[in-house]
Amino acid sequence: MKKYILLFITLMIFWLLLNSSLSLEVFVIGAGVSILISLMFCSKCDIFNEISLTPKAIYATLMFIFVFLGALIKANLSITKRVLSPSLPINPGIVKVKTKLTSKVGRMVLANAITLTPGTFTLEIDGEDFFIHWVDVKSGETEENTKEIVSSFEKYLKLMYG
Amino acid sequence: MVDILIYTAMAISSIGVLVALVRFVKGPEKVDRIVAVDVISTIGITLILILATLMRREIYIDVAIVYAILGFIGVIVVSRFIKRGM
Amino acid sequence: MEGILEITGGVFMVLGAVSLLVASIGLYRMPDFYNRIQIGTKASTFGASLSIVGVALIFPGWIPKLLAMLLFILFTNPISSHIVGRTAYFTNVPLSKRTKVDRLKEMSPGHLKKVKTKD
Repeated sequence: MKKYILLFITLMIFWLLLNSSLSLEVFVIGAGVSILISLMFCSKCDIFNEISLTPKAIYATLMFIFVFLGALIKANLSITKRVLSPSLPINPGIVKVKTKLTSKVGRMVLANAITLTPGTFTLEIDGEDFFIHWVDVKSGETEENTKEIVSSFEKYLKLMYG
Repeated sequence: MVDILIYTAMAISSIGVLVALVRFVKGPEKVDRIVAVDVISTIGITLILILATLMRREIYIDVAIVYAILGFIGVIVVSRFIKRGM
Repeated sequence: MEGILEITGGVFMVLGAVSLLVASIGLYRMPDFYNRIQIGTKASTFGASLSIVGVALIFPGWIPKLLAMLLFILFTNPISSHIVGRTAYFTNVPLSKRTKVDRLKEMSPGHLKKVKTKD
């Protein structure tokens, strides 16, 4: 039941944002189509069941967004420096890290966040192992890399999705 | 003043399209070309946004959204095709 | 005379355009595919987001649509580049000579078989 309601709310919010009006016709049409879609296509979208909506999780979401935005800006400054310096100071390699997250949504958000932050890019996920292409590799050890890349996001994602 | 800034942004983005096009023509592998198309379509979205600001028409943002969706689907479809074809 | 908000918006748009140009230059300069896709994804996503913020500052009435677009770009750009990167690795696109380690080689054989046969 929860997944139907969450899919309905997501579709409805997107529809209202696109229309940017709250008149009666828009609302009724959006609600009707959203109900239809969530009844037809929700048999397999189990990922919505993993989202928790407690106050603690919402706080963690907000903190995650701030950490993520900070990392995004830092990533782009470092990239600009690397690209524009004449000697092209890169040191690439593919490293392996482990995550403690168990839910599918948590892993997906973590992989997206890793892709958008400093010099790292998720290539493949195999269970709890993430294979990450890194522009500036320091060592090949799993533990050190895990500490450096994953930990700052994992703290909050753990609270959000478990 | 704002118009000058917006025209500057437009010029810089257009140079970006040209540079990415060089990679599209050169790119030794097929996937290099896909990435170039991805970057070009993102720059295209930004150019449509800039056009919307210059002409003060909100409806152009819908065009940009549809272009974003089509670019996303196109990249996925082509890369899936390359993976299965080989 | 325009307000300070509009000038800030224009500055944001110019910064976004510079970020997009950096993405293109990185795409041109980097030695192999994997470094190219890194720069391409990150810098172009950031540039598009900055431009959207700039437009939102100039026309505050457009914020709902721009918000939908920003969310869409932030969610889909990493996904599409992840798929392209995977395709590249499993169709044996070579890594650059400057690469230090490749831990993806030691992936479990069962998973590799699944990747090769399924999709």
